[in-house]
Amino acid sequence: MTTVDDRPSAEIGNRRLRKEDQRLITGRTKWTDNITLPGMVHLAMVRSPFAHARITSIDTSAAKEAANVIAVYTAADFPDGMGACANAWPITPEQVTPDHLPMVGERVACAGEIVAVVVARTAAQARDAAELVDVDYDVLPAVLDGLEAMKDEVLAHPDKGTNKSAFWKLDSAEAGTGGNVEEAIAAAREDGIVIKREYRQQRLIPAFMEPRSTVVDPTGEQVTMWTATQIPHILRFLIAATTGMPESKIRVIAPDVGGGFGGKLQTTPEEFITLAVARRLGKPAKYTETRSESLVSAHHGRDQYQKLTLSATKDGTVTGLKVELVANLGAYVAIVGGGVPVLGAWMFNAIYKFPAYQFNCQTVLTNTAWVDAYRGAGRPEATFGIERIMDELAAEVGVDPLAIREKNWIKHEEFPFTSVAGMTYDSGNYEAATARAKELFGYDELRAEQAARRESGDPVQLGIGVSTFTEMCGLAPSRVLGSLSYGAGGWESASIRMLPTGKVEVITGTSPHGQGHETAWSQIVADRLGVPFEDVEVLHGDTQVAYKGLDTYGSRSLVVGGEAVVRAADKVIEKAKAFAAHLLEANADDLEFSGGRFGVKGTDQGIGITDIALATFASHNYPEGLEPGIDADATFDPDDFSFPHGTHLCAMEVDTETGQTRMRKYVCVDDIGNVINPLIVEGQVHGGLVQGIAQALWEEAVYDENGTLVTGSFVDYTLPTAADTISFVTENTTSPSTTNTLGTKGVGEAGTIASTPAVVNSIVDALRPLGIHDIVMPCTPERVWKAIQSAGSHDGETTTEAQPHFDEAAPNNADPGSTGEGNAQ
Amino acid sequence: MNTSVATHDAEALVPVHVTVNGAPYGASVPARRLLSDFLRHDLRLTGTHVGCEHGVCGACTILLDGEPVRSCLMFAVQAVGHEVTTVEGCGTIESMGPVQQAFTECHGLQCGFCTPGFITTITAFLKENPAPTQDEAREAISGNLCRCTGYQNIVKSVLRAAEIAGEQAGKTR
Repeated sequence: MTTVDDRPSAEIGNRRLRKEDQRLITGRTKWTDNITLPGMVHLAMVRSPFAHARITSIDTSAAKEAANVIAVYTAADFPDGMGACANAWPITPEQVTPDHLPMVGERVACAGEIVAVVVARTAAQARDAAELVDVDYDVLPAVLDGLEAMKDEVLAHPDKGTNKSAFWKLDSAEAGTGGNVEEAIAAAREDGIVIKREYRQQRLIPAFMEPRSTVVDPTGEQVTMWTATQIPHILRFLIAATTGMPESKIRVIAPDVGGGFGGKLQTTPEEFITLAVARRLGKPAKYTETRSESLVSAHHGRDQYQKLTLSATKDGTVTGLKVELVANLGAYVAIVGGGVPVLGAWMFNAIYKFPAYQFNCQTVLTNTAWVDAYRGAGRPEATFGIERIMDELAAEVGVDPLAIREKNWIKHEEFPFTSVAGMTYDSGNYEAATARAKELFGYDELRAEQAARRESGDPVQLGIGVSTFTEMCGLAPSRVLGSLSYGAGGWESASIRMLPTGKVEVITGTSPHGQGHETAWSQIVADRLGVPFEDVEVLHGDTQVAYKGLDTYGSRSLVVGGEAVVRAADKVIEKAKAFAAHLLEANADDLEFSGGRFGVKGTDQGIGITDIALATFASHNYPEGLEPGIDADATFDPDDFSFPHGTHLCAMEVDTETGQTRMRKYVCVDDIGNVINPLIVEGQVHGGLVQGIAQALWEEAVYDENGTLVTGSFVDYTLPTAADTISFVTENTTSPSTTNTLGTKGVGEAGTIASTPAVVNSIVDALRPLGIHDIVMPCTPERVWKAIQSAGSHDGETTTEAQPHFDEAAPNNADPGSTGEGNAQ
Repeated sequence: MNTSVATHDAEALVPVHVTVNGAPYGASVPARRLLSDFLRHDLRLTGTHVGCEHGVCGACTILLDGEPVRSCLMFAVQAVGHEVTTVEGCGTIESMGPVQQAFTECHGLQCGFCTPGFITTITAFLKENPAPTQDEAREAISGNLCRCTGYQNIVKSVLRAAEIAGEQAGKTR
C-alpha cells in the first residue's frame, strides 16, 4: 500500500524532530512584538463601537495633550489615503465591492473599524490617549445576518443600493460535466427519494495564539515592515499596488509567526496604518493588537446558510445534488472573502458519483467583521453539508451510513476520475482508508453497543458519526486561477545556494507559521542532493531573501512549494554534472549521481557535490563556456490540484437527560499521498481535528442585535482546552499524488474538514430514534438537551420529511442557548 | 503635542528589583506595569508571550517562587522580593530542561507561541507530581490554550518529561 517504505532515500518518510523547536522552546524567538528599534513609537487604534454609523465629528485635542503623545491622526490627515485592503478575487465582473480603506472618515460599516490612531512613546500611553479621542456618531440601522441581508431592507452600504455582492453558479448540464439537476430531482420525486435540508455554518474566529503585530522602520533606503502574516509577498505587492510606493522600496518580513489558520491571510488596516504613520513621522512604529481587538477585527470565518436538495433512486444511488448558499461576507469583500464559499463548488459533490449537480452561491454584505479564509476555507463548509445529508439518505434508505457512501463513492479503479464539477481527482482509495478506519475503530463492536443501549433504554445513548471526505489541495494551477478571475497566480518559487563550505541554503517562497517547513524542506533537499539534513538551512518569510513567492495557505506549501524545491535541486545537480565531468576528466554521460556524489560508471572515481560547490567558489578550474557556480532557481506551477481524502469515525456518548456529550473514540485514516515527515503530519492532523471538533461543539462568534461582538474575549469565545479533548487514533493510507513528483497531497486542513460532520453525525446518530435529524452547531449541551426536549417522543420513528426553512426573523448566529429552527420534529 | 523627553516622567516611576532566572534585575517602571510587559519590554526577556491579556490563555505563565502564575494578571511591583522563572530559565539550546527536551521529542509544539506557558506550567506540575497518569497530565495543562497541536502531543510531552526527569534524577543520585 505504501510506496514510502520502498524508496531508497534516507530522509523522506523519517520522523525527524523539528529544526525549529530548539529556539521556540527556549525563548530565543523573533516574534514581531519582540522587536524594539531606536526611537520607536507605539500606536493605539480608536475603533468604532457601533456596527453602522455616520461619523459626525472627531475631537482629538484631549488625546493630543496627553502625556507622551506624539500625534493623533484621523483619515482627514491622510488626504491621499493610506493604501487599501484589496479584494484579490472578484468572483464575478459585476461583484459589488465596497472600498475598504484602512481608516474611515465618514461612515463605519462594522464594529471595530478604525477611525483614528494615537501615536505615543509607550503602548500604554497610546492606549490611554485613545480613550480620550472623542468621536460623535449618528447610529444607522445595521444588518447582521446573511438571510436578513438578502431582503435588502436594511443596507450595510446604503450607497451600493443592495447587500448582494455577487452570485456564482456552476451547473453540470451547462458546463457539460453532467446532467440536468432539476430533471434528476423531478424524476426522483416521481419514483425515488428527494431529501431537502438546510444547514448552518456558524461564524467562527481563527483565533491564532499570537496576536497580530506590525513594526515598520521607515529609515534606510527601503521601508521595512515586520508583520505577523502568512503572506509577506502578497502584502508587499498590495502595499505597492495601493499606496503607489515602488515595490522595490518595500521589504516585508514575516519573522516567527504564531499560527494563522487563514486568519493571517489578509492585508490588514493595521498594517497600512502603521506604515503610513511610520512614513509620516520618519520613525519606526509598532502596533500590537490586544486579544479583544483581534477577536473583533481580525477576519472571521465560515458563516453560511446552506440549502441542499439531494435526489436518489429508492435503493440510495444518488442522482443529483443542488446546493444553494448564502454566504455572509461581513462589511467588506476581504482579500479572498468572496472566493472562499465558491471553493465549495468543487467540493459539495465530494467523493460521490453524482450524475447531475448544481452549485449556487450568493454572497452578501452585512455590518459585521469581514469574513475570509479559516482553516479549510470553503471545503469544510461543503464537506459538512454533503456528509450530513448523506447520513440523511442512509437513514431514509435504512442502511448503515458507510454502506450508502460505499454505494456512491468513486471506486479505486476509477481514478483518475473527472467529477461532475469538472475536477480531475488524481488518485485515491476510499475502500482502503475506510476498511482501516473501521478496523481501528472497532466499528462493528461499537454498533453492537449502540444497539444494546437503545434496546435497554440507557439514558446515555451512543452515536457513531461517519465522515468521508476529499479536498482540493495545492492552490493552484495559475491558468485555473486566471479563469476564475483570481488576481494572482498559484506557482511557487525556490532557490538553492550551494555554499563553498558545503552548507546548503534553500530559499522558499512559502511562509510557514508553525507547519515545520524548515524541517520538511531540509529532508527533501538532503535526500535529493545527498547532503546531511543538518547542513541544510531553509530561509523564508523575507521579501529581500526570498524575493519571489506566493506564501502559505490552502495546503499548498508542500505540494507546490516543495515541488519547486525539488526542481531547484534537480537543476543544481544538472549544473554540477558539467563541472563534475570537467574535474573528473570524464564524459558527462558516464556519470551517475547518487548519495551526493558523481561517480564515473564502472570505476571508483568520483566527486562530491559539495566539493564541486567549493571548486566553483574558487573557480580556478572550470569548463570553458560555463559560468562559475551551481546555484539554481525554480518556479513550479502545478498542472492540477491534488485530492487527499480520508475516513473519519467518531463515537460519542450523549446523555439524554442532560444533553451532555462525551467523545469516546475518534479514528481517522487520511490518505494524503506520500508523507515527508510522519511526526509533522500527525501534529497537523491532531490540531486540525480539534479545530473541526470545536466548530461542532463549542465555538461560535456571536453578535448581539446591535452588532456588538459578545464573544469578544477568550472567556466568551470558547477555544477547547486539553480537558475538553481526547487522544485520537490517526493513521494514513497512501495513494501518491500524480500531480507532483514527490507524490504529496497536502494535510494542513484535512483534520478540520472532516471532523466537524463526523462529530455532528455522531450526536444525531445517537438521537435519531427520538426523531432528531439535526442540531445546529455548536452542539452545546443546552442545544442538545433542548433538541431532546422538543423531540418529545421516544418512539423510534425516524423523520424523513424536509426540514422547515430557517426562521427568517432569527438574528445572525442564534444565541448559543437556542436550538435554532428546524432541528427536530 | 508633547515633544519633550522630560514629559516621560508624567507617570511616577517605581523601582522594581526582582530575581529572574537566578539573576538580579532592576528597572524603574510605572506602578501599573504588568509583570508580563516588565519581563518582555523592560528586561528584554521576550521568551514570555502575551496571548490574551486577561488570564485565559496561559501563554504568559511564569513561575513565582516555583508556583505557576499568569504574568499578565500581576503588576511588576508585586514580584518584588520574589524569584521569577521564565522559559529562558528552564533550559537552553545547549542544555535543555526535561520539559523542553520532551516537547521536541514528542512534537509538542507547532507555532510555539503558547509553548513557554506550557513549559513553565508543566515544570511546576512535575515537581508536585513526578509520575502523572495520562489523565492527570491532561488535567494539568487544561489551563493553557494551544491552537495548533490539539493537545495530544503536549499530553505525551508531559509524560515523557516525567520520564526524562526521572532518568536524570536517577543518574545524579
